[in-house]
Amino acid sequence: MSATTSDPRRSGPPLSGRAAPRRRIHLSWSDPLLRNIVWQVLIVGVVAGAVWYLAGNTARNLAARHIATGFGFLSHNAGIPIGEHLIDYDPSTSTYGRAILIGVLNTLKVSVAGIVLATILGTLIGVGRLSRNWLVARISGVYVEALRDLPVLLQLLFWYGLLQTLPAPKQSWHLGEAVFLSNRGIKVPLLDWQPAHGWALAAFVLGVFGTLAWRRAAARRQANTGIRPPVWPVALGLLGGVPLLVWAAFGAPFTLDVPVLRGFNFQGGGTISPEYGALLIGLVTYTAAYIAEIVRSGIQAVPAGQSEAAAALGLRPGEALRLVVLPQAMRVIIPPMTSQYLNLTKNSSLAVAVGYQDVVSIGNTTLNQTGQAIEGIALIMAVYLAISLSISLFMNWYNARIALVER
Amino acid sequence: MFRLTSVLGALVAGALLSGGAARADGSGSATIDAIKARGQLVCGVGGSVPGFALPDSQGVMRGLDADFCRAVAAATLGDATRVKFVPTTTTNRFTALQSGEVDLLVRTTTWTLGREANLGLLFAGVNYYDGTGFMVKKALGVKSAKELDGATICIQPGTSTELAVGDFFRVNKLKFTPILIADLPELRNAFLSGRCDAYSTDGSQLAGFRATQPNKDDLVLLPETISKEPLGMMVRKGDDKFFDLVRWTHFAELIAEEAGVTSRNIDSFADTKLPELRRLLGLEGDMGKALGVDNRFAYNVVKQVGNAGENWDRSMTALGVPRGINALWNKGGLQYAPPMR
Repeated sequence: MSATTSDPRRSGPPLSGRAAPRRRIHLSWSDPLLRNIVWQVLIVGVVAGAVWYLAGNTARNLAARHIATGFGFLSHNAGIPIGEHLIDYDPSTSTYGRAILIGVLNTLKVSVAGIVLATILGTLIGVGRLSRNWLVARISGVYVEALRDLPVLLQLLFWYGLLQTLPAPKQSWHLGEAVFLSNRGIKVPLLDWQPAHGWALAAFVLGVFGTLAWRRAAARRQANTGIRPPVWPVALGLLGGVPLLVWAAFGAPFTLDVPVLRGFNFQGGGTISPEYGALLIGLVTYTAAYIAEIVRSGIQAVPAGQSEAAAALGLRPGEALRLVVLPQAMRVIIPPMTSQYLNLTKNSSLAVAVGYQDVVSIGNTTLNQTGQAIEGIALIMAVYLAISLSISLFMNWYNARIALVER
Repeated sequence: MFRLTSVLGALVAGALLSGGAARADGSGSATIDAIKARGQLVCGVGGSVPGFALPDSQGVMRGLDADFCRAVAAATLGDATRVKFVPTTTTNRFTALQSGEVDLLVRTTTWTLGREANLGLLFAGVNYYDGTGFMVKKALGVKSAKELDGATICIQPGTSTELAVGDFFRVNKLKFTPILIADLPELRNAFLSGRCDAYSTDGSQLAGFRATQPNKDDLVLLPETISKEPLGMMVRKGDDKFFDLVRWTHFAELIAEEAGVTSRNIDSFADTKLPELRRLLGLEGDMGKALGVDNRFAYNVVKQVGNAGENWDRSMTALGVPRGINALWNKGGLQYAPPMR
């Protein structure tokens, strides 16, 4: 190749601010621009053709097989019983649409709790593997190897089986006369909710913002003057004192809805069912094993010189970890962590094996009762896509925010 | 997840299959032609339901539903052994039939209007007149389903039981907590371990389940039957010839029982003068040919599998289930076949 046929994209004055000159397309296979366009049109065409063919074929076959289609079933009366629901549900009056919404909420209930708990447990175990305490490091290592090597479905069935061996309600283990553990789940007393509690909660939320603002002001003051105003008395007042005063001003109402054994089961109080419990424990312990490895690798990815430099500046080991090592480790940890959060959410669809009614379970029942298989599966896929994309977006935003710390 | 992928797979397979239109050659039925070309009937069954379809210690599928699959194979191919049994769950059974994964679905499936109108499937007959019942442990001390207020009840999802139990509790203004597990052995474990107070499904399945339990005296069937559950065999809509064949396979079993023809004595009728029997055995008329199969289809069904009464005894009497309303019409039951002529 001679010098005269240099890449035209690189021709023109270097470092100039103006846009690259418009290029003409040469009708020759040796023109890379033309080649790119041809390939891309071809690939888009093949994909679109395949989708077109599949959609058309499906529609034709559905018609040939006399299968009714459409989403009209969502407004029909469901009639299917649902065990756990966060919003009101009555099989005789509620629709399939509401039933599926309950499934979505149940999926979110187990996913959100699972992500929070798995992060906490995984971080503890990941740090534990690096511990200088031999026993802690070994136990953490065994945990990781054992739990990530067994299929999660087996683990779920194990936990569900284990929870079923708990005693019957009449012989339940109990803590006082308030908390009961039986094969019907954990029964706990619930606060009988009154307006006073709402106001106290509002005061607490305001207190959180107030404390954060005070802390920021204190930090600014410290940076300017070297004197740090005390934070904790203000925090205590805003978070504890004010809400308590608000509650007292409303007459300090306090009654508990305590579970009582009546008939077959406990009535009243709050419940964590064995199905939810088995699913949550199974997902958390399984995912925590992966998160532990991510946390460990993230910490080890920070050069030892960083902790040594922190020590040389006089930071204690805990401070060094919190202020120097972890912020740098986070940049390594966050991207794979996102994948684990998505995995946990998707694995929650195994709920169907332990009788927890998540969106897949209710969606499957719906498509079975109505016969709308394609619509039902499309709905389930749309729900998971929406949840997963939300998690991805949030984690990408958080990742970008952490990356900015780099100097 | 596994269920999702299997449903999806079935859907894609359905989309890729050629349409169900009948081809010009052969029997005039795409399904019968496909079975003959394959040399095998693919039959969707339950696979874990005692009395209906459950493999024995040799791995041979046994039960009323399994024997009906064999009867259709005998009618179509002349050989009752040429059946491939495909175990299906309550939630994937219809998709399996719709997509063409199975030719015939004989899986304790209740005949309802909704299913026939929406699914693109047809019921060809009723091989068991059943009803939803409840089973509890004797220790619970419950004598009637109306005492189950507040109880936790184990049910398979996607079944008509699910709706029947909901209706029963609604009508009687009682409350219950459902535990829905698709996998039958898992569901039964949940009941046996005490997670549920009661287990609800078709009475026949409860009886079959109870009979296979080592501690069967601790389990009690409650007296109420809360719904009508006619269990039938299903085919795809749009292949009327195959529908006819499946329906008349069932009728042939009933006609044989009514006439006293069994798998053991059928050859002694070879020189019978009775016209109805001569048509049944394929000695007279073109009954089989009209259905697109051999004229001796009914002979093959009865000879190789048995008449309706024999099939019942083999599967149900062995479990201690009385025949009740499933007897022939002239013995106080509901089973009635139109004349074969």
